[in-house]
Amino acid sequence: MESSAKNKELYQDMVKKASPNSHIFKNCIKAFVVGGIICCIGQFITNYLKELGLTQNDTGIYTSSVLIFIAALMTGLGLYGKLGKFAGAGSIVPITGFSNSVASPAIEFKKEGFVTGLGAKIFIVAGPVILYGILTSVIVGIIYYFLK
Amino acid sequence: MDYLYAFLVGGGICVIGQILIDKTKMTSARILVLFVVVGCILGGLGIYQPLVDFAGAGATVPLPGFGNTLAKGVMYEVDQNGLIGALTGGFKASAAGITSAIVFAFLAALVFNPKEK
Repeated sequence: MESSAKNKELYQDMVKKASPNSHIFKNCIKAFVVGGIICCIGQFITNYLKELGLTQNDTGIYTSSVLIFIAALMTGLGLYGKLGKFAGAGSIVPITGFSNSVASPAIEFKKEGFVTGLGAKIFIVAGPVILYGILTSVIVGIIYYFLK
Repeated sequence: MDYLYAFLVGGGICVIGQILIDKTKMTSARILVLFVVVGCILGGLGIYQPLVDFAGAGATVPLPGFGNTLAKGVMYEVDQNGLIGALTGGFKASAAGITSAIVFAFLAALVFNPKEK
């Protein structure tokens, strides 16, 4: 009886040691596949627009906008949240995750009003991204000016 | 072939994010900030663009690609207009992305209501 209890304890220790890593591995596979597929959709849109004769710069802008539109729509339908639960970083890291981070609080906080709710909270996640992204770009620009 | 590279590189960048989430317990908001800032720095150093040339959307669709766009925009504006470009380049380059996110998010908020969790 005692030994079986001990074995159980030992086994639980082993599970504890082994599971975080296999858990992380599984998450990584999911993130890899979903992130990869989203990028392939982006590549498909890019290739299609290039065939229409758009310039390199314009295809980039249109591709981002289309992906942002799809993600905002999926967020509204509640599908992007479901995808996020499955894919983790695979749905956060692509530009669609940025779109989701804007659309999700916009929908969520609408009930608190269009100015103090939706308006104030829409950038609750994307705000820091824009702040630190723009700050970094200014620093890059200044350094580039003096070094080029 | 470009789909394969886009899949591998794009998926790979997401795996880096997943490892950060699982190993460091970083929230998704911090991951977003980190990836854009790192992409902007790599873009400024000229390291990210070769990855874009190689992997196409695999490098531009993930958020470091957004950071790279900021860096490219700011350097282009500095070339065109001098130091003032450091202030104008970032928002100019990201204008379409940020504005579409705002417009589509607002429309989504008009049409949809929050889903119960």
